[in-house]
Amino acid sequence: MADIRLIEIREDILSDNQQLAEEIRQNLHRESVFMLNLMASPGGGKTSLILETIHRIRNEFRIAVIEGDIDSTVDAEKVAALGIPAVQLRTGGACHLDAPMIRMALDGMDLSALDLLLIENVGNLVCPAEFDTGATKRAMILSVPEGDDKPLKYPLMFSVCDALVINKIDYLPDPGFSMTVLKERVLKLNPGIRIFAVSCRTGEGLDEWVRWLREQVRACQKP
Amino acid sequence: MHELAVTEGILKVVLRHAAMNGASRVVGIGLRIGELSDLADEWLQRYFDYLSRDTIAAGANIRIERIPVVFRCETCGDAFPVRLSEIKDVACPACGPGKASLVSGREFTVQQIEVI
Repeated sequence: MADIRLIEIREDILSDNQQLAEEIRQNLHRESVFMLNLMASPGGGKTSLILETIHRIRNEFRIAVIEGDIDSTVDAEKVAALGIPAVQLRTGGACHLDAPMIRMALDGMDLSALDLLLIENVGNLVCPAEFDTGATKRAMILSVPEGDDKPLKYPLMFSVCDALVINKIDYLPDPGFSMTVLKERVLKLNPGIRIFAVSCRTGEGLDEWVRWLREQVRACQKP
Repeated sequence: MHELAVTEGILKVVLRHAAMNGASRVVGIGLRIGELSDLADEWLQRYFDYLSRDTIAAGANIRIERIPVVFRCETCGDAFPVRLSEIKDVACPACGPGKASLVSGREFTVQQIEVI
């Protein structure tokens, strides 16, 4: 009977992804590109927010979009129709984008010709929060019809984001959604998060969101 | 949490270290998982058994050590444990609710393996 040996490892399981994400972040920093990882439930308004943002900011910055979906090119086609470069990642089953996938998308791009990169992550409030894509900042969308209890049910997603965009405010008043309650719940999890209330349909609130985004992009550019 | 992707990650780390140490079989794996990493323990062994079936880690027994969630109060500097059910109402026992930073609870490491 062979002796059993104990081997100490102490290695982070997600370390490969984390390491690559750090390398991506440094690469973006060197190229003065701001990359935003945008996450939300399916139908929350990710593509709409991206399209509305592009309309308002395209004359100031050079933009490209990385679209992540399990299948289809629906979203990338909408972006490309605006004349903005779009890369569609089809995960074929993976429910989130990770650093290796983003690296692949970036390898096909000329970062020196870009200021702003928007990642539209797979519609999902669970897994994308766990996987660093190498983005400079993270934002999420919560839409009014989804209800104000989502921070209680998906605390990790709300706690890892730098910004929260509350979309579909044109649905208010809504019995399942109190803006006060929602903000309280979110700020408890993440006191530093910036919160924006918008309607991609009516345009309300989008200027403030774009103002924040503009600040972020400018902060990455070389003086 | 993402059991399948994570299990693949565990298997990669385990096989790499087993190879580095000239092992012929992995019989046990010790994991340290923070309570905030919301993983379903019973599925992990099953996914692992499935993914490892043609490797030297097939049949390895997975042991999970759970690390409690501990916050540090930014007002008084003291560390205090928090139950997962109370995570939305983090409050320092001395100072009450306020800014606190996470000290432990998000770990996800392969601590050790037992090999032959």
